[in-house]
Amino acid sequence: MSEAITRDVKRSQMQVSDEVAIDIQNMNKWYGTFHVLRDINLTVHRGERIVIAGPSGSGKSTLIRCINRLEEHQSGHIVVDGVELTSDIKNIDKVRSEVGMVFQHFNLFPHLTVLENCTLAPIWVRKVPRRQAEQTAMRYLEKVKIPEQANKYPGQLSGGQQQRVAIARSLCMQPKIMLFDEPTSALDPEMIKEVLDTMIELAEEGMTMLCVTHEMGFAQAVANRVIFMDQGQIVEQNNPHDFFNNPRSERTKLFLSQILGH
Amino acid sequence: MSEMHAETVPFVRETMLPAAPPPAREAGAIRWLRNNLFSGPVNTVLTLLGLAVIWFLISHFWAWFAHSVWRADSLAECRQIIAETWGEGASGACFAVIRERWHQYMFGFYPPELYWRPLMAFGLLMVALAPVLFSESRTIRRTVLIVSTAATLILSVALGIPMPALILAAIVMIGAFFVAERHAPWLLIFSALYPFLGVWLLWGGSVWGPLMVLASFGLGALAWVIVARFAPMLSAVAAILVALIWWIGFSGNAAEDLQGLIPLGITPVASDQFGGFLLAITIGVAGIALSLPMGIVLALARRSDMFLVKSLAVMFIEFIRGVPLISLLFVASLLLNYFLPPGTNFDIILRVIIMVTVFAAAYMAEVIRGGLAALPKGQYEAADALGLDYWKAQRLIILPQALKISIPGIVSTFIGMFKDTTLVTFVGLFDPLKGISDFVRANFAWKGIYWEPFIFVGAIFFIICFSMSRYSMYLERRLARDHR
Repeated sequence: MSEAITRDVKRSQMQVSDEVAIDIQNMNKWYGTFHVLRDINLTVHRGERIVIAGPSGSGKSTLIRCINRLEEHQSGHIVVDGVELTSDIKNIDKVRSEVGMVFQHFNLFPHLTVLENCTLAPIWVRKVPRRQAEQTAMRYLEKVKIPEQANKYPGQLSGGQQQRVAIARSLCMQPKIMLFDEPTSALDPEMIKEVLDTMIELAEEGMTMLCVTHEMGFAQAVANRVIFMDQGQIVEQNNPHDFFNNPRSERTKLFLSQILGH
Repeated sequence: MSEMHAETVPFVRETMLPAAPPPAREAGAIRWLRNNLFSGPVNTVLTLLGLAVIWFLISHFWAWFAHSVWRADSLAECRQIIAETWGEGASGACFAVIRERWHQYMFGFYPPELYWRPLMAFGLLMVALAPVLFSESRTIRRTVLIVSTAATLILSVALGIPMPALILAAIVMIGAFFVAERHAPWLLIFSALYPFLGVWLLWGGSVWGPLMVLASFGLGALAWVIVARFAPMLSAVAAILVALIWWIGFSGNAAEDLQGLIPLGITPVASDQFGGFLLAITIGVAGIALSLPMGIVLALARRSDMFLVKSLAVMFIEFIRGVPLISLLFVASLLLNYFLPPGTNFDIILRVIIMVTVFAAAYMAEVIRGGLAALPKGQYEAADALGLDYWKAQRLIILPQALKISIPGIVSTFIGMFKDTTLVTFVGLFDPLKGISDFVRANFAWKGIYWEPFIFVGAIFFIICFSMSRYSMYLERRLARDHR
């Protein structure tokens, strides 16, 4: 499988609790008349690491973007960490400050230094004193192995470094759940590994993670559930071993044969 | 090991090549000339043509400038001096008019013994602007503060400032310098208070008037704090309401009462005594300072999801942009009087400032909207995903970047607006270009003098506008983040 991941993740350390982190019930979403998400039901427990795979346009990104309400769903229920997402702005802000998100194109703030990127939300949303926020930020920058870049601007970093800063920026809010929206798709092959390593480390620490990714090696190494989506629906979900070795739906088989076939 | 490799078909590099310095460039003036002026036949012809045009212009105007007369009492005397010195029929400039009337070009009909007050207002404006415009460069800020302090104090002595005022001004300006040296952001407090100080210096009168208006901000802040405890959503509304009620309803009477109690004030100067660059700069600075925030609010409103807010912003912007500034000025000077209750004394300069501001803000809004539209959607999403609310996201993430993109457009709007202040001549105010020049020419001694005042006024406008343009380039360079 992918050579990017050489380390074996100690699965025994990654406990999944019974506590529900995200509960999605009969959720539907339309873009105009286009039905992008159809009757989604998904329960994520605390500590779970879920990889969402599927062809492009299948609604995987839209699904995780609904979880922090970057996209609005039109019917059904989404409850994140005990808070239901409705049009109530207070609830939305509460959910967003507990849910970190990493984007395909990093979306770092180019006018702020790496350190300022990391301290902005803790200072302005969590009201953490600046000095303390900076200490926390430095700790997470060390964790993603780029503390020496703290005073540079994002434009001065490589793609892989930027994505690691983006992960550190999310972690600085000390989120309970992390969403990854194709975090390695915009990176050069040589940089994918450094980002995946950071994500694996995070998984080992028991972070609840939902990752939209095409890195099947990553899915096999860390996920405890793989979800396959097509045409806005969840087609199949299973543990990674069975998902890859014993796919049940024809659509999944086709997808796997196409991405793993060479 | 050798750095040379025989690159045969199966090839493995054994040593990496070290970085080599770039080849030395052929330097010198001749090379520059060849590259930039004479690089080909067409370029050479254009260069020669350009030189010919420059020669034509200089040869025609040089004599006129060289023969300029600075000491004379009238245009007739100028002409006589030119004829006597350079022979009959020689042309020459008569800058004596500037020498005699410079103060009217600068101050209009402001009482001459009080000229130091506008000067002081201008000097303090520089002090107030230094921490805002040059927040990141200590050297430039220091230079601006030293030069403006020294120039203002020396010139105000020359203009006959009374001793107590001089001492007070020196304390304020030198104090500001040391405050800025210690911790520049503290000087921003002075910048925030400057509008009141500036207005008081220019129009004079009781010190209580501006203080009571200032008090409305204090009361508004107080209302904000109190209401925020019970109903955070209403605190902004309460603050604005309290401030407005105090300002409109009570501040005037309170100022009069206090003036009766403790009379503190300086000679009042009426708006019709303003003129020249004093008027242009007053309107220009007020317009610039007010139109930027108003433009930002309009731009945000136009991009709002709320239908009513958006439609109001669109209507306002399109209406204002669709109407000539002069018609707005006429509305300000003539029509407004019909709508206001009889007896209201609504200052003409204030009315003009409002109209100029509104006009510039409509353009500003569109310029800033362009900057907002240029930001990638990901920036909004990242701000949302971190839990920043709308206003925090705008203030910390979106506007800093959008305004940076819009700097050239914003400064162009500022420059255009500053030059448009000359249009106030159409509502009876004495702008430097036409109002004051017409007034000067109304005197028999200077009847028929056109070029010299235009050149003088044009030169001052150029200096101010060119400084703004250079500042915008400096700011763009300072805020550049993307290159390595």
